[in-house]
Amino acid sequence: MSDTPLIPTSIKIVVAGGFGVGKTTLVNTVSEIPPLRTEEVLTEASVGVDDLVDGKETTTVALDFGRITINAQVVLYLFGTPGQNRFWFMWDELAHGALGAIVLVDTRRLDSSFPSIDFFERRGIPFIVAVNEFEGAWPHTMEEVRHALDIAPSVPVIACDARDRESAKRVLVELVHHTMRRLETAPA
Amino acid sequence: MNPDHDWWYDEAAGPLVRPYAMTRGRTRPNAPNLNLVTQVRAAGHPADPGALSPEHLQILEICQAPLSVAEVAAYLDVPLVVVKVLLGDLMERGHVVAGALFQTSDITDTKLLQAVLDGIRRI
Ligand SMILES: Nc1nc2c(ncn2[C@@H]2O[C@H](COP(=O)(O)OP(=O)(O)O)[C@@H](O)[C@H]2O)c(=O)[nH]1
Ligand SMILES: [Mg+2]
Repeated sequence: MSDTPLIPTSIKIVVAGGFGVGKTTLVNTVSEIPPLRTEEVLTEASVGVDDLVDGKETTTVALDFGRITINAQVVLYLFGTPGQNRFWFMWDELAHGALGAIVLVDTRRLDSSFPSIDFFERRGIPFIVAVNEFEGAWPHTMEEVRHALDIAPSVPVIACDARDRESAKRVLVELVHHTMRRLETAPA
Repeated sequence: MNPDHDWWYDEAAGPLVRPYAMTRGRTRPNAPNLNLVTQVRAAGHPADPGALSPEHLQILEICQAPLSVAEVAAYLDVPLVVVKVLLGDLMERGHVVAGALFQTSDITDTKLLQAVLDGIRRI
């Protein structure tokens, strides 16, 4: 854990999925503080100071996040991923050291969740799929979603309502369980 | 129009210049280990508050209890890159201490995961 008892350990969960799928809503629903927003400068490594000051060729990416104080030693942060593809560079920092990820899916636009699933699969980061049930969406069974997105049998696929606290909590609990199970079965 | 752009332009007084003036143009923190969720906390009261900028002092004020780098950036309303530079200054002077860089291996700690589970269930 941390080197000083006065400084807690941070745990991070990433909430991913296509634009408008309910990432910010889910974070807001479970956060103990009003959700926060911070900005990172796009490609800070490749942009010089002069460019930054001129305001040329720079973009910021907004990150939404929330906080759950677990106890005096542990704080959990939930970060929504920025949707657009040009912000992939941010995903690496977000995913680094994460406990796991929740990939939100809107059944009306299944394909918008493909890149997120692919990202976490490739990096071996534990993730679960949560199907955010919007009104007017054709009702799908979880097995249909699993099949359509080609999700491995070991990865949980569950229904949720990102606006509902108990439902959002169930999603978080499912992810932590999944991470624990993966540790038990992982080769030492 | 991408709403993410607005931040830079919605302030009348030369938006981009302001945050980088805070760091005197520096974009590389001298504390390279700070990440989004690193916890930082003020360590005592500086003997030389006059040597610090208003933003440095503001950080010391809000970090009386530990906060993550991302929270400090959000509360100050400055980009992460800027807050990392300012925190690096304060750490160099010993005014701020940071938690260890989070290690993925911590996640293999089942007790920690069980604590997270209990904490989530309590909310
Ligand atoms: N019906 C329904 N609407 C939702 C749900 N979750 C989010 N929304 C709505 O969908 C819209 C987009 O959600 P948002 O969280 O901003 O999506 P993001 O782009 O992934 O962050 C908002 O208007 C939400 O109120 C849900 O579970 N059910
Ligand atoms: Mg959002």
